[in-house]
Amino acid sequence: MADILFYVFAAVAIGGALGVVAGKNPVSGLLSMVVTLASIAGIFVLLQAHFLAAVQVIVYAGAIMVLFLFVIMLLNLGHEYHADLRGGAWSVLAFAITGTLAGFLARQFRGAGEGPLYQVLGGGDALEQALAEQGAIGVIAHPLFTTYVVPFEITGILLLVAIVGALVLAKRRVS
Amino acid sequence: MSLAAASSLAGSGAGAAQEVLNGAAFEPFLPGLVVLLPLLGFLANGALSLVAARRAADVVRAGGEWALPAKGRPATHTLPSWIGPGAVGLSFAIVLVNFTRMLGTELHEPVVVEYWTWMVTGTFEVAAAVQLDQLSMVMMLVVTGVGFLIHVFSVGYMKDDPGYPRYFAYLNLFVFFMLTLVMGASFPVLFVGWEGVGLCSYLLIGFWFADREKADAGKKAFIVNRIGDFGFLIAMFLLFTTFGTLDFVPVFAGAPTALAYGGGLVTAITLFLLLGATGKSAQIPLYVWLPDAMAGPTPVSALIHAATMVTAGVYMVARASVLFSLAPVGSLTVAGIGALTALFAATIALAQYDIKKVLAYSTISQLGYMFLGVGVGAYTAGIFHLMTHAFFKALLFLGSGAVIHSMHHALHHTHKDCDAQDMRNMGGLGRFLPVTWVTMWIATLAISGIWPFAGFFSKDEIIWYAGAAAGGAYSALYTAFWIVSLVAALLTAFYMTRLMVMTFHGSNRTGPEEARHLHEAPWTMTVPLVLLAVLSLFGGWINVPEALSESVLGLFGALPMSEWLHHWLEPVTALAHEVRLDHVGDFRHTSPFGGGELMWAATSTFLAVVVVGVAFGTVGGWKILPAAEAGEPQRGLKRVLYRKWYVDEVYDRVVVQPVVKASRFSWKVIDQGIIDGVANGLGNLARAVGWFGSLFQTGTVNTYALILTLGVLAILGYMAFA
Amino acid sequence: MLFEALVLSAILFVAGTFGVLIRRNAIIMFLCIELQLNAVNLAFVAFSRSLGVEGQIFVFFVMTVAAAEAAVGLAIIISIFRHYETVNVDRFNLLKW
Repeated sequence: MADILFYVFAAVAIGGALGVVAGKNPVSGLLSMVVTLASIAGIFVLLQAHFLAAVQVIVYAGAIMVLFLFVIMLLNLGHEYHADLRGGAWSVLAFAITGTLAGFLARQFRGAGEGPLYQVLGGGDALEQALAEQGAIGVIAHPLFTTYVVPFEITGILLLVAIVGALVLAKRRVS
Repeated sequence: MSLAAASSLAGSGAGAAQEVLNGAAFEPFLPGLVVLLPLLGFLANGALSLVAARRAADVVRAGGEWALPAKGRPATHTLPSWIGPGAVGLSFAIVLVNFTRMLGTELHEPVVVEYWTWMVTGTFEVAAAVQLDQLSMVMMLVVTGVGFLIHVFSVGYMKDDPGYPRYFAYLNLFVFFMLTLVMGASFPVLFVGWEGVGLCSYLLIGFWFADREKADAGKKAFIVNRIGDFGFLIAMFLLFTTFGTLDFVPVFAGAPTALAYGGGLVTAITLFLLLGATGKSAQIPLYVWLPDAMAGPTPVSALIHAATMVTAGVYMVARASVLFSLAPVGSLTVAGIGALTALFAATIALAQYDIKKVLAYSTISQLGYMFLGVGVGAYTAGIFHLMTHAFFKALLFLGSGAVIHSMHHALHHTHKDCDAQDMRNMGGLGRFLPVTWVTMWIATLAISGIWPFAGFFSKDEIIWYAGAAAGGAYSALYTAFWIVSLVAALLTAFYMTRLMVMTFHGSNRTGPEEARHLHEAPWTMTVPLVLLAVLSLFGGWINVPEALSESVLGLFGALPMSEWLHHWLEPVTALAHEVRLDHVGDFRHTSPFGGGELMWAATSTFLAVVVVGVAFGTVGGWKILPAAEAGEPQRGLKRVLYRKWYVDEVYDRVVVQPVVKASRFSWKVIDQGIIDGVANGLGNLARAVGWFGSLFQTGTVNTYALILTLGVLAILGYMAFA
Repeated sequence: MLFEALVLSAILFVAGTFGVLIRRNAIIMFLCIELQLNAVNLAFVAFSRSLGVEGQIFVFFVMTVAAAEAAVGLAIIISIFRHYETVNVDRFNLLKW
């Protein structure tokens, strides 16, 4: 059952990704992205990362993508489709690079069942036990507020800086 | 006297080394001051010349013309009249004091007074030190004495020259360097003086540097000298490797044991020293600068190119007499070059028309005699002739200076454009310049070797010893030298008489207008002439040879100081003489054709008188045209002699042009092509690399995104495969 | 499932890279970068199943930073747009000296 769901979500995600990359206008690209994000949230649930799934939907799909949408609307984009994709030498180069990248990544999956990746994946079930003890929220909350509290606070400051920066940069200059 | 008191008198600085023998010590009297005074004179006169130059520059910059005022010369042009001769005169006085002191003692070893350590590198140590012995004393007397007279003469001669203070500055500097040369206690100190007089020669020959020809003459002198200096340096290097030191006292004392007689090393050393000497003393092959050096003021020619600088080579050979006596081949070469030069230069002098050029070639010829003397081993004879030659040649040059001065004056008045130095424009000047006429005749008789003038004793001694040396090895060659020197002596008599007749006798060719303005020189110029004439008359009497002193030529014993100079210089030449006695034997007492010294001396003086008479008659009978009408000799031997046997032209083709070509090649191909090419190429390479790097800086985001991705790919690739 | 999740992550990442290289529109490029970030998040979560909860913590931080970055980046794009009247990145060559 979980496997079938996974493959469904995966297909949707890939489709959405293709929509982003090849999308006709920015809004449709954005909506494809939202779809992708939602599917990934689903996969998160399947992978026992419930909190993250929720955060994905709320923050990523909900806030960030909406922000993108606001900007697209603000700038009134979406009228030059044909000028958007690069052609000629660039596309060849892009294909080449992407192909090489895919090749490198594929190589990591070598040695079916015996390769280095499998040895990492196969070992341990550390998450299961922690989930059982502390629950879906607790398993994240505990490390976040004890071991990783400093990065947590710093992230807060980072967000503050981002807010201020965004305000300053986007403000209309009133003479 | 205690040594402490003696040390305190030994001059400035610490560390005086003295030798005490026979109870009487020679205490040098302020020897450092002798050398220092002319240097101070140079500094003072130099300062004055800078002040004068500054003033002149101000005038010219303001747009005016600077010239000496007709009345009342500025201080910068009157003070040198006192400072210049004064410095040298004081030096001469101090030298006289030292001389009288040395006369009173029996000095067997040189006295070396050290002032400070000049340089120390590893085992090589040279001190700034002066050496006082009989030989250096003779040289010091000649340099300061004759130098002083020439300084006084210059006061009159250069009076109207704008560069007056500069002239005296250079002249004083020259005397300083010359004294360093003759008083130095080691080869490097001698070499400092050697180079220094070369420099001063350049400065003084090119004194009127605005004239391109004169400046070139100065350059020629310096460059040709340099070639000789190279030889001198090589000799010094060889000496250092053999002895480990370059001080005279240890080198000459150790020479007989350290160097094999007739060996390759000592022959090489002496030949290289000879090369240096030929450059400085204008012998074959490096004499070519001296005739051109006549471009300088006449007193300069008298001082530097007659009396002092050109004798430095002879002095050096005499100083290193031990080395030359150890190298028979070296000595033979010295004598051979001397004899050949004597004849060669005499032939050229026969056909020259410029009065100074005749005297220049005469100097080269007489220097040849000196080299012949020291080459056959008669060191005293060589130095003797150096001394007497200083007297009569300086007199001849100064006399010609008076003549030229007078001619310039006359031609200036009538604004006639003709060469004041060409003898064809002179004639009958004896009427107008009586003192000059008489004194120059005395000098002519001296140089011709006529008894009882100075030149007779010195020149005949050299000729005699050349014949007397024909006893040992290379007998045929020495005989040839003897014959050559006899012929050259007769030629000398002829061309000198020719000079006198063309200049002072017969009818005047300058022109009736000019003749009214010809007059005798002022007292500052005639007094030195008279003094030198006295010396030329009596100067030879200090070394009458023994064979002559009882005969008529010695006034039956009335002439005092028989062989005095010989005895005086004995301590210096003793070691060389000893070496000669050990290996070759003493000089013979008869000439190669038989007959003793007395017979040959009488014969040669008789022949000289005959030649003078013949020349007087012959030249007096010639029809001489003024220079402008006469032109140059066109054909035959006369042309060859006039053109100096074309030696300058040969040198130009064989030496100068190839060097110019080589330097041009170095310049165009090596310096501009290769070295600049590499430097510029590196610059261009850096530019190219920069240009290539700039291609990446497009400023667009996509380029950077691409490069980012490539970087990520590289890392992933490494992690995937490594 | 972990294995397949990683394959998916790889595919999404490659797609995102391709999009960055091939598109001219600044906003779409940005979206593709977000896609890459999500692919990485997925990989983290997949690995955290085997290796511990630290993977999920990291995803948390990634998301936060992505949010901040999106805000600032879009603000920059807005202010550039005001000057250039377009979001075509080929026109933005201010980085060239």
